[in-house]
Amino acid sequence: MITDSKKNEATREFVTLMIAGQVFGVEVKDIHDVFQPDRITPVPLAPPEICGVLNLRGRVVTAVDARVRLGLQVDEQSDQPMAVGVDCNGESYGLIVDSVNEVMRLPDSAYEANPVNLDPRWQEVSQGVYRLEDQLLVVLDLGRMLRFGEKSEAA
Amino acid sequence: MDDLLSEFLTETNESLEIIDAELVKFEQDPEDRATLDNIFRLVHTVKGTCGFLGLPRLEGIAHAGETLLGKFRDGVLKPTEDSVTVILESIDRIKELVQELEDAGGVEPEGNDQDLISQLEAFSSGAAVAAPVEPEPEPDTPLAEGDFDPELSRELRPGEVSMAELEAAFQSAEAPQTEAVKTEAQKAVPVEAKKPEAAKAEAQSAASSQTVRVSLDVLENLMTMVSELVLTRNQLMQLARNNEENEFKVPLQRLSNITGELQEGVMKTRMQPVGNAWKKLPRIIRDISRDVGKKINLQMEGESTELDRQISELIKDPLTHMVRNSADHGLEMPEDRVKAGKPETGTIWLRAYHEGGHIIIQIQDDGKGLNTKRIKEKAIQNGVVTAEEAETLTDAQIHRFIFAAGFSTADKVTNLSGRGVGMDVVRTNIEQIGGTIDLKSTEGQGSTFTIKIPLTLAIVSALIVAAGGERFAIPQLSVLELVRAGGNSEHKIETIKGCQVLRLRDRLLPLVDMCGQLGLESKSEQNQHNARFVVVLQVGGRTFGVIVDDVFDTEEIVVKPVSIPLKSVSLFSGNTILGDGSVIMIMDPNGLAEGLGEVQSQDDQKDGEVVEMGHFNAERTDMLVFRAGGGEPKAAPLALVTRLEEIKTEDIEVADGRHVVQYRGRLMPLIHAAGQHAFKTEGIQQVLVFTDRDRVMGLAVDEIVDIISERVDIELKADHPGIVGTAVLKGHATEVIDVSHFLVQAYEDWFARFDEEQWTRQRKVLVVDDSSFFRNMITPMIAAAGYEVTAVDSPEEAWELHESGAEFDIIVSDIEMPGQNGIEFAKALSQDKRWGGTPRVALSSLPPEIFAERAPDGAFAEFVRKSDRLSLVSVLDHTLKIDRSQAA
Repeated sequence: MITDSKKNEATREFVTLMIAGQVFGVEVKDIHDVFQPDRITPVPLAPPEICGVLNLRGRVVTAVDARVRLGLQVDEQSDQPMAVGVDCNGESYGLIVDSVNEVMRLPDSAYEANPVNLDPRWQEVSQGVYRLEDQLLVVLDLGRMLRFGEKSEAA
Repeated sequence: MDDLLSEFLTETNESLEIIDAELVKFEQDPEDRATLDNIFRLVHTVKGTCGFLGLPRLEGIAHAGETLLGKFRDGVLKPTEDSVTVILESIDRIKELVQELEDAGGVEPEGNDQDLISQLEAFSSGAAVAAPVEPEPEPDTPLAEGDFDPELSRELRPGEVSMAELEAAFQSAEAPQTEAVKTEAQKAVPVEAKKPEAAKAEAQSAASSQTVRVSLDVLENLMTMVSELVLTRNQLMQLARNNEENEFKVPLQRLSNITGELQEGVMKTRMQPVGNAWKKLPRIIRDISRDVGKKINLQMEGESTELDRQISELIKDPLTHMVRNSADHGLEMPEDRVKAGKPETGTIWLRAYHEGGHIIIQIQDDGKGLNTKRIKEKAIQNGVVTAEEAETLTDAQIHRFIFAAGFSTADKVTNLSGRGVGMDVVRTNIEQIGGTIDLKSTEGQGSTFTIKIPLTLAIVSALIVAAGGERFAIPQLSVLELVRAGGNSEHKIETIKGCQVLRLRDRLLPLVDMCGQLGLESKSEQNQHNARFVVVLQVGGRTFGVIVDDVFDTEEIVVKPVSIPLKSVSLFSGNTILGDGSVIMIMDPNGLAEGLGEVQSQDDQKDGEVVEMGHFNAERTDMLVFRAGGGEPKAAPLALVTRLEEIKTEDIEVADGRHVVQYRGRLMPLIHAAGQHAFKTEGIQQVLVFTDRDRVMGLAVDEIVDIISERVDIELKADHPGIVGTAVLKGHATEVIDVSHFLVQAYEDWFARFDEEQWTRQRKVLVVDDSSFFRNMITPMIAAAGYEVTAVDSPEEAWELHESGAEFDIIVSDIEMPGQNGIEFAKALSQDKRWGGTPRVALSSLPPEIFAERAPDGAFAEFVRKSDRLSLVSVLDHTLKIDRSQAA
């Protein structure tokens, strides 16, 4: 694999998301929708990460608040939150973020594993970090981002 | 795996199931030629196909089995229990092999079946039987494999049948083949031995050419799409309802009808006779009776009752388990039965039938019944109840403990059942598909288990309710009735040490508060005084009420599973998208029942019997009695009142000489029943709220006295504005107010859309429908629209009302009813002098074309599909208006 990447600089494409001033990246192939979350039905007794359920073109989508999931301040949410639609285990989720920005093609050479001193909660959901020119982009592992129901149940 | 092989697998599996059942039947009645011929034919086909596909193991067993069956058929051997057992064993072996073959993707597993084949051969040759019946079998003995067949002029290969045998088969076989095929087959015989088989195959394919095998994925996919289409249709209809007159109305109605039919059609493709889930049972019963030495007769009724394939799959195991239980534990040994004065042979009945959108399956045995004492002891021992508590429980309550986890009272664990994973698993499985299970048992006389399951899982009817400002759906399967409860209504919510209960027809109904369960704040501000609703649910024989803030209508919903992180909330069974596009959560009645605690349940001796609505007793009207100004008490029909409110006087504002109050986010005009001067100046003002579509008005009164359900005879008094007349209620002369008088005071144009008459006299509707559930659902709906409703369950009962002199403005009748059906009823009505002119609205699940074919012109003024009952009210309005203008 190493030889492969040397031969021809491999790149990956990311949709960049903004959550509380931090840039995050999710691989383009994992996202099938970007939408404005509208008419979210709250679900009583649900884990705090879940804002509710909504109807996205005839599908029931579970809306997950990225801020809560990442242990960030909830009260300073942006006025017009956006959501990225992802499928996980055959179910539809909408990850609610502050904003969705441009698509970036990033070379593997700029990729690094998580710094060891990263917040443990972020370690869990981050695949690694890309060094951008002026900032760092955290790659979100969507599977782990959306796996929290069982954990809270076990606790 | 190639198509040919997969088709073979499906076909063979089907044949094997039939063979199983037929063999058991045959064993009971060895003289039944048709059954034997059928078995022989099926085994023969299996053998033939195996030979064709090159599956030597399968072919070998099938051949040996066929040979033995051939001897039975020719009367050479009499079937004995042992020989039938060997055949059944070989069928089992074939099943195993077919299964392995399927798993291995078409490769026949290695192995040897000589053990079975030699047993079969031993029976065939008569060695294993003490006495073959006919001692001189020589001329008829069919040729064994390798024998020389004179007509074929060569030795028989395995899998082939001798000409003589075939001839015999065709002469005796009548059931499966048509005359034409028989002659054709006979003609073919002299030419070549293979031909008859081909002819047979043709005959079969001719019979099956009417059906096409479609993979389940395709059907499921189709179903999902139709479900989405139905939802979209509902959305459109909702939009159209808000916007009455537009050019889309007619095409939309058509789209709606077509969608409905499409849905029904696709649903039908998923339907299967319940008998498919039962096929294995005769065999299981036979094996049990053989193993434990009981004599058991299994009676099956209603096998052709259809239900969704998915449900059919899901109930297979619970049913098998329960039938086993009945055979193993329920029925006694023959000697015990004789001692108890019962016939030696025990009977298990298995029944299935439709009832109001559900399927009822009953498993009944005439065995010893449940041992109440032992269950009680066991329940105390397991800590399910304390000894003291147990003493206060009725037998029926104790019996239900068998549905608790890890509960088995069988003294010894037999091969079959009694390992403690029993009825609780059955209950869980059935409840998972939205069904309920209940039992009735009498010691010494037997037990009856009743399972009630929905026809399909794909689309269910749900009641939409509000709690804490959110809407939720409750599956209608569990809903018994709706009760309006609260400070001023007839039913009061009372509290005993923090537990809420409701007095309902002299019984106490335990309540759970939906808001409390969900951790929500109730949005009805003055909880104590506001009218709230209690949805009475029945789950697994427990009846309880759920307090909700508000009740909307019912909707057909497509149940979608919740995502994994939400699965931890046991109160929800799924979610769905409503007609207006919003997502709502579906409540799990079982989860709600858990809110009650375990033992607290209402003992219902008439379990399963749907309780009739209290409010809408025929001929009686609920009247709200109040005082306003001095003199006689006044009354208004309760059905017209939407809510009772208590409003603080300081909240009442006077603008432009009119009293108004901020109510639910907008201004509500207030009119006092005794004149504007009669408003209170301090304290609380009682108000009756009337709503109509988007209008709200409050009628202020001095004091609310009572709600009385009585037959109201009004003596008209036309000269007094605001009063219709006087009636005697509970022995007091009471003035019945003219609600319309006050409505017009509030909004001058209140009746702009109505004819003058509309509110002055409540329109009387007669609903005739045999389904009590349906009656309970539509009656409040029509009543809420301001009609006075009388509901009866048959035309016969309607005629009784006719005899007693009742008059109605419109008659809504079901079409499919036992006894006199709706069309006959309508015909008879049109001949009637008094009721002949009353407009009739048909309510039916039939597609409109078929309905139009059956119903003569003029029998019904309007037709409403049962699935489209939301439009019923608008049809009623519409019909009556037309009728009035004609009369004028």
